This record gives sequence, structure tokens and C-alpha cells, in this order.
Amino acid sequence: MNETLQNTQAEIIEGLRETLRKPVTLDGSTHIVRDLQLDSLAVMDFIMSLEDRFDVVIPLDRVAEVETLADLARVVDQLRGRT
Amino acid sequence: MSILSKFAPLRQTYEQLRAAGQNPFEMVFDGMLSPTEGLYRGRRTILLGTNNYLGLTFDADCIQESVEALHLQGTGTTGSRIANGSYDGHRKLEHALAEFLGRRHCMVFSTGYQANLGMLSTLAGKGDYLLLDADSHASIYDGARLGHAEVVRFRHNDPDDLHKRLRRLANEPGSKLVVVEGIYSMLGDAAPLREIAQVKREMGAWLMVDEAHSLGVLGDHGRGLAEHTGTEADVDFVVGTFSKSLGSVGGFCVSDLEDFDVLRVACRPYMFTASLPPAVMASTLAALRRLQESPELRTRLADNAGRLYYGLRDLGFAVGPQASPIVSVALPEAPLAVEFWNRLLEGGLYLNLALPPATPTQQPLLRSSVSAVHTTQQIDRALQLFELVGRQLGVLPALAGARRQRVAPKAAAPVHADVALIASAGGTR
Repeated sequence: MNETLQNTQAEIIEGLRETLRKPVTLDGSTHIVRDLQLDSLAVMDFIMSLEDRFDVVIPLDRVAEVETLADLARVVDQLRGRT
Repeated sequence: MSILSKFAPLRQTYEQLRAAGQNPFEMVFDGMLSPTEGLYRGRRTILLGTNNYLGLTFDADCIQESVEALHLQGTGTTGSRIANGSYDGHRKLEHALAEFLGRRHCMVFSTGYQANLGMLSTLAGKGDYLLLDADSHASIYDGARLGHAEVVRFRHNDPDDLHKRLRRLANEPGSKLVVVEGIYSMLGDAAPLREIAQVKREMGAWLMVDEAHSLGVLGDHGRGLAEHTGTEADVDFVVGTFSKSLGSVGGFCVSDLEDFDVLRVACRPYMFTASLPPAVMASTLAALRRLQESPELRTRLADNAGRLYYGLRDLGFAVGPQASPIVSVALPEAPLAVEFWNRLLEGGLYLNLALPPATPTQQPLLRSSVSAVHTTQQIDRALQLFELVGRQLGVLPALAGARRQRVAPKAAAPVHADVALIASAGGTR
């Protein structure tokens, strides 16, 4: 994992902690729907907050195949590189 | 393992709802008595959750013309317009809608859901962007998923947030289509269309407004939020439905865009489905005429909406941000909402229960939709029942001197009977 990807993942985890407002163990292997029990709306709202955090556009179809926080970090990292 | 095993959690949620009494998502009426009254388990029940804004489902002209079409043209078209051809009614309805909305082109769809499915999936293609209000209806989200455009959400009713997201896309070559609703179906709030239109102009995007809940409701002529806000010139596409103010079923899209008609051979939810039956189109046409000839219906609707909205607000309920024919009361948790809903029903009042994540605020909603033909007595009866159950369940504070009776959300059946009894004796006020 390169440095920017690592930073992206760390920032995503920080954002998620603010969203969840409860103590949970979060790392790259955390399964977003199963482990965090977020419904579809909560996931979409979290994605929207990440768009603002990174000042990027994260189209919803790009997160369709995302399962873990590491998957999400990879997608966001790619999109950050685009601009 | 069954192919349906993945639905086990949903099944469990569903069973819990049933345990609380009537499952709100399995309602069966014995019959309909009028646009505002139905029979439920042999009792006359006020209908306050039908989106029947102008109350035209029993309009004599609509029924008469529908019956005539049925006799003259039969029960159904038995196929799609591209395969089986159009009936006279399809073109007449499209011309009438285009004329009413002051547009050059119109396409009708077999449902309002399909209108959104069709327009969103076809208008925005690969490389294009759809910008959806976060609180958009399921048909908008589903239309976005069916197509190949990139989908971006912006914060509900927030033109600055929309502007920010369009700015991030400024260097992307694809078309950008912004989609908002005239009145949002859960809380009854309207889009800030003037501000959104300004963003659209500044950023060079296209704008679609879904007037499903605002057609026949807003605007001096009933053309919806775009008319009401004076933004019709900025709105490129209007979609809507026949199943609310027009009292039937079906959907449409109108536009002034040149070449709009090419969509008839590109839009799959238009092409590969049976077209609207003649009887439905005939009643819809009659209802559209009625909508234009009877502006007093809109006045009465607004009066009724205000009576319910301010009545509930003054009682102390948490209502939506503005008075509209959709009046929603937010409750803190689902079991309480289910119990509240059941008690209203037992008292003779039917409305909609909406549970998260279908609600925008993570709170369950008791959602009413007001009609122009509700009587003042019916609205007052609804308020009375809301107050009664609200005090019983501790949502409202108990009246001074009254025996404080806080009932646990999962109460047993006799409590319902008790409510029904009190309700039929005329309530507490």
C-alpha cells in the first residue's frame, strides 16, 4: 500500500468515526455493510461526506462493488488522482 | 438454503410489524365509498393517505368517459405502442398534456415510476452525469441505476451543495442533468426551484422536475412548482404521474427540446411495456380538463392542508418544514410509530406509515395526504384522533387532571378496542 492510499484510508476511517459516533474497531478489512450495519441510505450519505472531505466526485456506480474500507480507499484514491 | 434466504432479516422485520396489529404494508380495504372514505373490516374509515389531491377518483365525468372508452375500445391495448400501435387516446392525452403545460412534446408512460425509469435511464447516457437530490423518490434512484450515467447526490434542497458538486464536474465533458421534485413525498417540502434554476443556468446543466405531487396542486393554473416559482423557462423536462391529482394511473414527460420524439424508439421502459388502456386514458383526460376548469379545488386543497398542518403543529407534533398537502408527523422510534398507526386505524383513520431508511430523517413518519374533497369535519376528526392517541402514547403530554396513561408501544389488542370505543363516542375534546 503506497503512502497516499494509506492516507486516504486513514482519512476515510476518521470520517467514519465522526459519522458513527460510537466506538468501533475500524481497519481496511472492515466490511461496510455487514460490520457497521449501515443501511443503503447511511452508506450513500457517508459517500457524500467523503466527496466533501476529498473534494472529489464519487459516482454511486463506482462504490457498487465496494465491500471493505480498503476497497473504498482504493476507489477514492483513484478518483483523487483523476483531477 | 432457499434462494429467498437472503431476505430473512426483512422477513423478521415484517413479522414484527404484523405482531403489533395490522401490518401497515398489507392493508386490504373491503371497498371504497368515496375519494375520502373506505371500508376497513366493515367500518367506515377516513382515507388520509391516498395522494388523491383533487378527489377526482369518483368524478362523474371521469367515470362516464372511462366507461364509454371501455365499451368502444375494449379493456386493454394488449401490447406496446411500438409493436401494437397507438390508440387515438394516447395521442390525445399527449397533446392535451403538452398544451396544458405549454410544451411542444409529450410522451406518456404506463406508470409514473416508469416515466422516471425511462427518462433518467435514457436522457443521461455513458459519460453523462445525473445529479440527484439526496431525498429523491425510489423511481428516480432506480432510473439512475438502469442507465449508464454517473450518479452523484447533492444535499436535499441545497442549491449551494449542488453548485459545489457541479463545479467539481466542470471539466468533465458529459452532459449534466439535475433532477429535483416539486413536492417531496415524505415531508411535503418543495424544492427551492428559483435558486436551483440559477445554479443550473450558471453551470450549464439540464434540469428535470418531477411534479408528481405538485401537478394540480401548485401554481395558479395547477402546472406545478415550476409555474408557482416562475421557472418554467429553465425547466427542460417535467415528469409527472396520473395516479395522484388525476386519479388514475400512468406517467408522462414533457419538453420543448427539439428531437424529443426520438426517445420513443430509444427509451426502453416506454418501448417494452403494454401501453395505457383506453379507459384509463379517457378518465385521465377528463380529470385534466376538470383540473383546469375547477381552480377552486386547489383553493380548497390548500385550506385543508393548512388546517391539518397547523392543527397538528399547534397540538405539539413534529411536522415537516412547510404546509403542503403532504403532512408528516415524525415519531422517535418505529415500534411507537407502528402502535400509533394501528390506533389511528382502529379509531377510523387511515394514513401512511413510512419507516427508515425510506424516510429522509432516520425517523419513522405518519404521513397524511390531504384532498380537496376532505370535509372540515374529516380533518378535525383526524386532528382529534391524533391528539387522543398522542396523549395515550405519551407523544403529547397528558392533559392536566387526566389520568396519566402511558402505554408501552407493544400493547395488547384490547387497547385498540378501547380507542375505537372512545373514538366512536366522539373523542375527548
